[in-house]
Formats: sequence, C-alpha cells, structure tokens
Amino acid sequence: MHSIIRKIFTLIITLFMVSLLAFLAFQVIPGSPATNMLGTNATPEKVAALEAELGLDDPVLIRYGRWALNFLQGDWGQSYSYDMPVKDMVLEKLPATGTLVLMAFAITVVAAFPLGIATARREGGLLDRVITVVNQICMSIPPVFVGILLCFLFGITLRVFVPGNFVSFQENPGRFFLYMLFPALSVALSRIAMTVKMLRSSILDEMNKDYIRTAFSRGRTRADALKVHALRNAIIPVIAFLSVTAAELVAGSIVVEQVFTVPGIGRLLLSSIGSRDFPTAQAVVILLATWVVVVNFIADILYQYMDPRIRIR
Amino acid sequence: MKKRIFALFLSALLLATVLCGCGDTKPQEAGGVGSDTTSSSREAVTGGELVVGISQDLGDSLDPYQLTAAGTREVLFNIYEGLVKATATGAYVPAVASDSSVSEDGLTYTFPLRKDVKFHNGDTVTSEDVIYSFKTCAETTVDTALAAALSSMKDISAKGETITITLSEPNPDFLSYVGMVFIVPADYTEQSTSPVGTGPFRFVSRSVQENLVMEKFDGYWGQAAYLDRVTLKIFEDANALMSALSAESVDMAIHLTVDQVATLSADAYKTLEGTMNLVQALYLNNDKEPFDNEKVRQAMCYAVNVKDILNLTGEGHGTQIGTSIYPAFTKYFEESLSDAYPHDTEKAKQLLKEAGYEDGFSMTITVPSNYTPHMNVAEVLVEQLAQVGITATLEPVEWETWLSRVYAGRDFEGTVVGFDASNLSAGALLNRWTSDDENNMINYDNAAYDKIMKEAAVTTDDTKQTELYKQAAKMLSDTAANVYIQDLADFVVLKSNLDGYQFYPLYVLDLSTIHYVK
Amino acid sequence: MLLAKKQNKRPPAHGVGQPRNHFLLAGGILCGFMALLILTGYVWTPYDSTNMSGMNKFLPPSLSHPLGTDNFGRDLLSRIMEGAGSTFFIALCVVLIGGIIGTVIGCLTGYFGGVADLVLMRVCDAITAFPSILLALVLITIVGQGKYPIILILGILFIPSFARVVRGEVAKERSLNYVASARLMGASHLRIIFRHILPNTIQVLLPIAAIGFNNAVLAEASMSYLGVGVQPPDASLGRMLSEAQTFLARAPWYALFVGLAIVLMILGVSLLTEGLQQRQRS
Repeated sequence: MHSIIRKIFTLIITLFMVSLLAFLAFQVIPGSPATNMLGTNATPEKVAALEAELGLDDPVLIRYGRWALNFLQGDWGQSYSYDMPVKDMVLEKLPATGTLVLMAFAITVVAAFPLGIATARREGGLLDRVITVVNQICMSIPPVFVGILLCFLFGITLRVFVPGNFVSFQENPGRFFLYMLFPALSVALSRIAMTVKMLRSSILDEMNKDYIRTAFSRGRTRADALKVHALRNAIIPVIAFLSVTAAELVAGSIVVEQVFTVPGIGRLLLSSIGSRDFPTAQAVVILLATWVVVVNFIADILYQYMDPRIRIR
Repeated sequence: MKKRIFALFLSALLLATVLCGCGDTKPQEAGGVGSDTTSSSREAVTGGELVVGISQDLGDSLDPYQLTAAGTREVLFNIYEGLVKATATGAYVPAVASDSSVSEDGLTYTFPLRKDVKFHNGDTVTSEDVIYSFKTCAETTVDTALAAALSSMKDISAKGETITITLSEPNPDFLSYVGMVFIVPADYTEQSTSPVGTGPFRFVSRSVQENLVMEKFDGYWGQAAYLDRVTLKIFEDANALMSALSAESVDMAIHLTVDQVATLSADAYKTLEGTMNLVQALYLNNDKEPFDNEKVRQAMCYAVNVKDILNLTGEGHGTQIGTSIYPAFTKYFEESLSDAYPHDTEKAKQLLKEAGYEDGFSMTITVPSNYTPHMNVAEVLVEQLAQVGITATLEPVEWETWLSRVYAGRDFEGTVVGFDASNLSAGALLNRWTSDDENNMINYDNAAYDKIMKEAAVTTDDTKQTELYKQAAKMLSDTAANVYIQDLADFVVLKSNLDGYQFYPLYVLDLSTIHYVK
Repeated sequence: MLLAKKQNKRPPAHGVGQPRNHFLLAGGILCGFMALLILTGYVWTPYDSTNMSGMNKFLPPSLSHPLGTDNFGRDLLSRIMEGAGSTFFIALCVVLIGGIIGTVIGCLTGYFGGVADLVLMRVCDAITAFPSILLALVLITIVGQGKYPIILILGILFIPSFARVVRGEVAKERSLNYVASARLMGASHLRIIFRHILPNTIQVLLPIAAIGFNNAVLAEASMSYLGVGVQPPDASLGRMLSEAQTFLARAPWYALFVGLAIVLMILGVSLLTEGLQQRQRS
C-alpha cells in the first residue's frame, strides 16, 4: 500500500512538471496571442493594450499560479481564438479522441493475442513464417501512410466511407463507428504487429524454461503447457508493453486525426498552438499527459498484481 | 512470400493507374462575376436544408466587433446587418435603416429606422440599440480602419426613430463603414457564443472545428431566405472537403481551386467561377535594399511571368492585376495596368544592370505556409526570378509568425499574400500604402501618392474622387510598389438542383438567395 | 545503411549447417537498393527535381517518368531520390544526437545513481509524458521551420529512450566483479565507464539504434506531414506525403510511391537488424 501512495505522489509531481513545462513553453514561443486575435489589424499599441487586458503582462509564475488554481477549481479559462469556455470546447472534443484510442486499443488486443499465441504454438510453421513476414512489413508502415492507403482503398475506390467527412455520434452512431474504424485501424496496425512479435517471443522464452519442461515430463501436451503455465507468465511483459501502447496510441491519434480530419483533441491542440490559443492548448496538454501518466500507473499496479515477485520500489 | 507481396503492390499500382485516367473532367460551366443566370427557367422552391462545406476553421469570436478573420465575417454576413448593407452589384442599400441621406457639407448623416425590424430574440430594434451598437463598436472594434472612420464621429443621436450622425470632418466613404457596424441588441453580452442580429438567418449552434448551424429567421424584415436550415460544415483542409464532395455528402462548397474542381463529377455539381477578391502580389519591403530602388522593383515585375504562374498554379484561371485594385471593384479597376510590365527577361536584366545589380542578388520570400495558393505561387516565383539572376529563397513561416514579424514588425524582404477589402470604398484597398498608415507593411513612401490620397479622402464629388483614386492606383503600378500578380480564381460548386448563388465584390457568402429548384 | 556496408565485409550469412537467414538477405538487398537510390540522388537525378512544367502536371508513370510527375510537373523519381536523401540524413542525425547524449546521460546516471539520477529520470518521464508534437512545435517556433530544427527537436526527444536502456545496462554491469577489480587497480570512474562498461553495452545499443532510426524516419514523416517539419522547397518524404494526399483521387501514384519509399527504408533497416540478431543467437 505504501508503495502505491509513493507512486501516486510521483504521478502528481510528473503532472505538475508537465503543466509547468507547458506553461513555460508557451512563454518562449515567439508571437503573442494578441497578435493572432487582432489579425491584420495588429499594431504594436493595440497588441500591448490587448495583452494587458488578457493579463499577459504579469510575471510568468504569478500567471502560472493563477492558472493552476483556477484549473484545479474547474475553471479552465476562456479560449482566446474562439472566445468561449475552454472546458466546454475540450470536453466536447474528448469523445471522438477517446473512441479512436479505445477502438484502436481494442483492435490491438483482439487481433494480437490470437495471432501471437497461434504463431508461438507452432514455431517455424507456415502460419508463423507468414505472420512474421507480414509483421515486419506492418511495423514499417507509418500510421499516416496506412491512413492514406485506407482512404484510397476504402474511401475513394470502394466507397465504404467518405474520407474527411466525419460523422458525429449524435448525427448517426452507426456511421460514426464505421468512420472511426479506419483511423483506429491506422493507429493500431503497427501496434498489432509489435504486440504479436512481443507476445510470440515472450511465450517462446517461457516455453524453454525448466518448469515447462517439467510439465512436459509430467505428460502435458505442448498446447496444454502453453495454456496452463506459460501464458500466464508470458503475458506479464506484454501487459507492460500494452500500457506503453495505450499511451502511444494517443500520440499516434494526433497525426491520424489529421489524416481523417476527426475533430478530436489532437486537432484542437494543433490549431490552438498555431493560433497561440494557450488556455486551450494548456488544457489539452494536461489531459494528454494525465492519460499517459495514469495508464503507466495502472500498468505498474497490474504488473505487481500479476507477478508478486515484482515489488515496486 | 516476397513475390506475392510484390505482386500485390503491383496490382495496387495498376489499379491506381487505371483510376487516374478518368478523374480529369473540366468544369462544365463557368459563369463570370455576378449572379448565376443559367437556370432562370426553373422554379425556385422555398424550404429545404443545405450543407455547405468550408475548408477553413472559423477560429474566431462570433462577436461582431471582435471577429477578425475574413472567413468568419463572410459567414456572419447572414446573421448580422448594419443600417445599410452591401449588395452583389457593389452598392449599399438601406437595411436596418429605411433610408439614408447626407447633408450638403458631407458632415451630417440621417438614417430613419425601418419599422418593425426584429432581432432574432424577438425584440424590435430601437434607436437605443442602434446608438449602443455604434458606441460599442467605436470603442471595442479590432478593425483599425473601421475604428479610424468611427473616430471622426462627433455625435450620434436619435430623434424619435431617426438616427443622426455628425462627423467632425467630411468622409465620402463613411457609408461603407456604416455598413460594417452591425446592429445588436443593447446590453446583450453573449454575442461571442450565441450571436443575435437582424439578418435573414439566426444562429442555432456552433461546434468548434466541426460546424455552425443557422436557421431561417421568420421575422426577417426583407425578402425571407428560401432555405430552412443551413449547416456550415468545417473541413480543416481542402483534401477532406474534396472527398466529401466526391461522395456528394455536402450540397455546396465555396473557395475551391481549379485543381479541386477538376476532380469533381460534372453530373452532380455545377461549378461557378468568380474571383476571390484578393490582391495577390509579391509584396516588397520598399525600405530594404535593393527594393528601395524603383528599377530593381520594375526589373522584378518584368522578370515575373504571370501567365505562366496562372498556368502552373491555376490552370490558367485567375485574373491578372497590376495594382492594388481587384477587378470586382469595377469602378476603379483599370485593365490596362494589368499588363504594364509584360514578361521580358532581357529588359529585366537591363534594368538590374542600370540599378547596379548586374550579377543579381539574393532575397528571401517569406510566406505563411498554411496558405497553399500563396505557397504555390511563391514556389514558381523562385524559379522565375532565378532566370534573371535573382536568387530567391522561400521561407515558409507560421501564420502567427508572419503576422508578428512580417506584418506588424515589417521585418522581411518579400512576401506573397493577398489583401482583401473590408468594404466597398477604394480606400479599403489603397489607404494602407500611404506613408504614415500603420498597416503600410511595405513601407511604401511616396509623397505624391500621399497627397493624392489625402485629396481623394475629402473629395465629396464622386466622379472626381474616383479619378483621384485611379491616379493613385496607377502610381502604385508606375513605381512598381510590389510585383502584382493576380486576383485568384474562386470556384463555388453547388448541387445541380441548387440555384441563386451570387458573387459579391466583397468577401461575403450570401445564403439568403440560395434555393432549390424544381 | 551503415550496417549494410559493414555487413558486406563479413562472410555470407548462411554458413554451412546454418539455416538460410532470409531476414539478413532481404534486409541487405533493400538497404542496398535504398542506399544506391539515396547516394545517387546526392549527385545525380534523372531530371532537375525543381524543374516545373505546366504541361507535365500529373503524368502517370511512363518510360520517361518512371514514377510519374507531381502537381507542378516535377519528376517524381527525382523528387523521391532527393526526399529520401533528406529523410535519411535527418534520421541519421537524430539517432546520432539522441544516441550520443542519451548514452552519456545513461552511463553517468546508471553508474553514479543518487539525486542526479532521480532528477534526470523524472525529467525523462516528463519528456515522455509531454506530447512530443507540442515540444516540436514549441522548438520550431523558436528556432524556425526546416530541416535542422527538426533534427534538433527529434534528437532531444530521442534522448530518453537511449538513456533508459543504457542506464539499466550500466547499473547491471556496475555490480559485476570486474568493475570492482578495475576500481581496486586505481582506474578512474570515467575510465571504468567508458573503457570497461560501455563496450559491453554496445550489444544492446545497436538494435536500439536501429529501432531509433526507424522511429526517427516515422517521426520525421509525421511531423512533416503535420506541416511542422521540413518545408518546401526542401523535399522530404513526409512533406511529400502530405502534399500527395491532396491529389489522392487524381494522382494516386504520387502518394503510393512516396509512402512506398518510406516503407522500404524502414523495412530494410528492421529486416537487417532482425537478421543480425538472429545470426547472433545461432
């Protein structure tokens, strides 16, 4: 229990550092939000006046403190470019990204486990060799390119979906999920390949260990030994890997959201940085970082739970 | 195994080659500037819903005095109105006011209010609302030109339902600015998220980076809109919009380029061609060496082959221009200026030699990288300038960097962008090049130009004023203030059962006249 | 690509009694092919890759333009040769920067431990939790857009992955007897780290570097795709991919060939690494 509290503490420290780093980062970006808000009407005097109005001329740390306090109290500020509450905006965009990431994660798990186990079961067999080659290729295709290929194949050629014409859940749930399937596949493909490879080698490692040999000697079949003994232990490193995957899927989704123009928080982040809409960008950064840190935390706990030999220091 | 995979790739390639053979259709119809008159025989239908695709985010406040982007202004034209409003033919007609008149000395404007003009919230427009709007606008507007025009407003008062505005000095263009002051309900503070105006459409909802929904306003004072509901669907880039169009999931799209239009099927959509209403040029910092030398600037004008640019970047579409006036400003546009500097590399080299740059020079062209049309033109410019010995380097920057460094900071050598006009006065395009104007990005400093502009600003006689503005425009061409390129072609596509789209001489999207036909 | 050259000096991968090492062979061929393409591209391309021509827009693949032409009528093969060259250059520099700095940090923190170790590892955590795209955007707006900023940025982003691995290895080695005996013989800490421990970690470093190279290619492609990486007129495969997407319906070969070039580059290196690892095992 003590170790968990410790972990939570480091988690909070990391989040604090991320938020401070992000805040400082926005200070060093040249150009002020005021310039962007004024567009081609920006003159030095007007920029200065607007900056004062936005409270941008206070010292950085004071502004950080003010922002952090408000943020913790649920006031995420007002978007500079859209002139509306950041919280409403970000929360509205969250479901799309969330769906994308969860779908991609589900696809990864559902596809990778059977494939990984199947290849490990008959090492060197036809299926194993085919999948190993396909794996290598899948790992080499950037998600962006997978996205473009899917757009071309399913969008332009087969017309299963309309690339770029995002359909929101409210409009039509069925078409929403159909649309999201393709970006999710794009992010997931290389991850599936990696997980399969990881799982396969992890299982094979376990199978060569003494306790499995003992199981064989007690008359267990290979398949049995795999199911009963090896899998449980082989899965532990895979869980760790999947947690990294869950974290990296978010980063991948930022790019893929752009390919499929999914209006998620990734696109919101990109556009808000471009227009120096810092309150929005800041909120999105915190959300993304929280996801990464929390997922890693959960992985740690799972890790510990599944393998009591590992104790978190 | 390997062989099979290669075979797979090969077949994918073959498929690709076959498919590309049939995508190259030319737009079927291309009307000129003005309204679409091709199907007047068909009967207009009232009602229906419309989905308009726009390939630009409305990253802006919806508050009428805080919005800065042309794209937002264009859309909100349907929601907000001023006392007067612009028409497609380039005139101002009474809107919230029923009439407008100006005193002999050009100092007093009177606007009797139209009876029973309703806001979208159901309230009737009162003189109090109008005065509130003018005062708030004058105090808070972010538009420099508008703020300047309103600062000459000495007094605004109401007598019954008639508004009287007194100016401290005559301003013949004042009516153009009155059209930019949108009338809003007094003391309503939610404009930025839920705008209320008097236009033919009322605001329903907005989802950032996704859409903006409007509905027909039943209490509209004038000709009611045909459509019941319009959704502006935001596609952040042109690719996405194109695929939505090819799947026919939007009814209409605006601001397309010829490359995009060329890929659409002519059966489903009809294409209308107008102009973007932008002055696109290679703007040169007249303060920096060697661009402070008129001969160098003229040489650059001769070096640039606008026809080739149009062919390479727009399949020949787009209108060549020669000064800071675009063709839709018919009153001031002089076509002869467009070809003042015909492509002539020998002459360009000769001029460079005279200016003392026989071996050419190096320069940087800074371009906002998110504007593909400008980037494309700049890429071609680099090639063309190289032929007379000018080594230009393309420096793509973020829009924000461009704004602060190039526009506000004036720290650049050359840049390719397009300037639009916020109202129909020539001043909207020409004022910025007077030497003391705060938006004079290129540091153009010409005493003769300043003088003529000053004179034009106070000339109340329209013919005389027009003449003066034309002279000023010619001066920009003669001194080669910039390398003027074009007003970009602007394509609008509509489902073939839609009609009534009108091109405006301003950056405006008028949805009220669009209708389905039987 | 570096690995490929080294490989040529060695005896054939499939010695007597060993199963044929398909990975090594395929990886070697792919890497050789890409290396040839890139190296040729540095000195010669079939056409001037900046030469625009309105007449030759969107030509499908043909004998005169084996991979077709792009929206400006530029020869795609020439552009891809140049683009692959700059992508390769960027990825190589990124691995070098990330690898060298990461290794030094990993060695020092792994060997000495203590507060510096804790702090640096927390910073690494923060960098990893920080959306990389944001860091990239921030640095780009400071340094300016282009090839070198993207190298710098990706280089920094790649430090933690190297530092972590090296730190783990060094910590493991440190507890071994030879370190203690070297210490007894009066060797300085730095000498122990760089003369004794580091060579033992090379085994782990090589595959990490190969993975790093591939990730760098991917990252460059993603960043340039988002418009924050390499900018025109410089060509890079990522940038070209985003341009190509615009014309997907009209000129699908554009996107296909550019994407294929990226895939082949990554595939070559990863097959080669896989092959080398297999050979080590057998």
